[in-house]
Amino acid sequence: MTAPTTAFLPTLVRRERASLLAALIAPPVALAVATALNLALYVLMGRDPVAVVHAMLLEPFLSWASFSEVLLKAGPLLLIAQGLAIGFRAKVFNIGAEGQFILGAIFASSIPVWFPQATGQWIWPLMLLLGAIGGALWASITAFWRVRLNASEILVSLMLSLVATQLLNYLLLGPWKDPAGFNFPQSVMFQYDAMVPMLFAGTRVNVSLILTIVLSLAAWVFMQKSFTGYKLQVGGLAPRAAGYAGFSEGRAIWLSLLIGGFAAGLAGAAEVAGPLGQLQRSISTGYGYAAIIVAYLGGLHPLGIIASAMVMAVLYIGGDNAMVSANLPIAAVRVFQGSLLLAYLVAVAFVRYRLEWPRAAHRSPS
Amino acid sequence: MNAIEFILAGMLAAATPFLLAALGEMVVERAGVLNLGVEGMMALGAVIAFIIVYHGGGHVLGFVAAGLASAILSLLFAVIALGFRANQVATGLAIGILGQGLSALFGKTYESLTVTGLPKLAVPGLSEIPVIGGLFVQDAAVWLTLAATLGIWAVFAYTKVGLVIRAIGENPKAAHAIGYPVIAIRVAAVAFGGAMAGFAGAYASVVYTPLWADGMIAGRGWIAIALVVFGTWLTGRIFLGACLFGAVSLMGLAAQATALDVPSQLLSSLPYIVTIVVLGIISADRRLLKLNGVASLGEPFER
Repeated sequence: MTAPTTAFLPTLVRRERASLLAALIAPPVALAVATALNLALYVLMGRDPVAVVHAMLLEPFLSWASFSEVLLKAGPLLLIAQGLAIGFRAKVFNIGAEGQFILGAIFASSIPVWFPQATGQWIWPLMLLLGAIGGALWASITAFWRVRLNASEILVSLMLSLVATQLLNYLLLGPWKDPAGFNFPQSVMFQYDAMVPMLFAGTRVNVSLILTIVLSLAAWVFMQKSFTGYKLQVGGLAPRAAGYAGFSEGRAIWLSLLIGGFAAGLAGAAEVAGPLGQLQRSISTGYGYAAIIVAYLGGLHPLGIIASAMVMAVLYIGGDNAMVSANLPIAAVRVFQGSLLLAYLVAVAFVRYRLEWPRAAHRSPS
Repeated sequence: MNAIEFILAGMLAAATPFLLAALGEMVVERAGVLNLGVEGMMALGAVIAFIIVYHGGGHVLGFVAAGLASAILSLLFAVIALGFRANQVATGLAIGILGQGLSALFGKTYESLTVTGLPKLAVPGLSEIPVIGGLFVQDAAVWLTLAATLGIWAVFAYTKVGLVIRAIGENPKAAHAIGYPVIAIRVAAVAFGGAMAGFAGAYASVVYTPLWADGMIAGRGWIAIALVVFGTWLTGRIFLGACLFGAVSLMGLAAQATALDVPSQLLSSLPYIVTIVVLGIISADRRLLKLNGVASLGEPFER
């Protein structure tokens, strides 16, 4: 029996096999569609689309200075997204990277805030390590709630992000406020040794970018080559089969969340010990949420994510440019991010399915 | 007015955004669909209602337009998640980000502006009762929300519509085999959930705190999704849960008024912490969730 109401709509028919080429062109197609839709929105808002395209998509590449800012932005996005993607592949939906990022920044800041006089080349590496531990600890609350209490990791991790924001506000308005900071909600400026060394002179790109790329390659080796990575993926694709094979679901959840928290915490630490140089309220401009989009747009593949992190970083920097030169509100970046993920999800549907129109279906012999 | 009277009087109004959004999401989830975009749909409804009320369109038009706008956004979710069978978690998150972005975009020039809320209507007699009298002095939107709650409860308790929605959530293949249009009913449920989230946002921005500020929904959409779990997909329990959260958010205000030496950030995060704790307690009872949960939740339907 068929449902009569949908007879005039095309149906999705699963393709015999999904082609690699289609999977590879899906993200660029999604980007093109999202760009076109958003440009139409800007025209409706009375903005000059040529000026917006120039500011948003070209300017970031026109000088080494602005491209170096893209690299700087791509760092935290890349790091967080690599961690999240490992979890998403195992069907562990940690959407609280924002909170894990903030905790990483707080843990890392504890050293320069409590020991502002300390010197030595060991300080910034220790801060990065502390940040990663802080992010992992914050994520472990979610893991405990999910594994022991059966609670949705989606809701718990998100709630913890909202709590983390309040914790950051408390520290910056209270005990960690810079006494000489004219009452601004920010910590003291970090000492020299609490800053990650610069990579290229004249830019703000620092050594953490190398760390990020190394960890991205490590994520690739882990997911594609290691047995643990394989177990995680099987758990996500076929949980029952994974169970029969003796792969523990609980262990997969713990591992996914700890890796996600570790990466996000490290990114938070690198942000305060890098371009910011102090703990501030605005340490994250939604990196934790944008990284979810980066992870999906990169096909949850470590190498794809490198490309999608660059795209998202261009959007951030380009959005800032367009705010100045084309009078585009910064909220437009969030609209772009949301529509980009939606466009990608539709594009991916076409990789797995093809549309079959009712009439064509009648003619086909099968 | 002591703290208990203060909380009783304000509880229902504070609960209303949670209640509206959670009841909408309950219907969506009962049909087997998980739409995580509630926060964004509320934000969009909130800004649309605010703009209309600010320009003198009135509260009725404001609520209607908010419901429509959020329903349209939820239909985008339906097309992608139900039509194209995309991952519902990812689609919901994207809808949430898009809704929050649109909200910030539309609301940019209205930041910090105010409108007037709705007058309180008292039930004669009942509102005179000491201590609990405040419960019976509410604005029209609260009364309507309570009526809608009763209506939704009745639909699921007594009508075939409720039964069909539940059947589709429990076993879409069987429902399809009997001849019910699974996708069409799911789309309708999603649109209903979107409209309810729009009303919830409208209540927040033009009645409860009639002032526009970007990000004013402040996680209430997410708490609403958690409330559906707390209430184990049952209207009555979701109502009680929403009242609890209304009371918790007022407790923060009451505690600040008494000048207790508690950091205000701790009070602000109280609803989130309570959500985490209650979610742990309820979810730990696996039997309860299994008994009341929706079997096909979040899974795409393929014939």
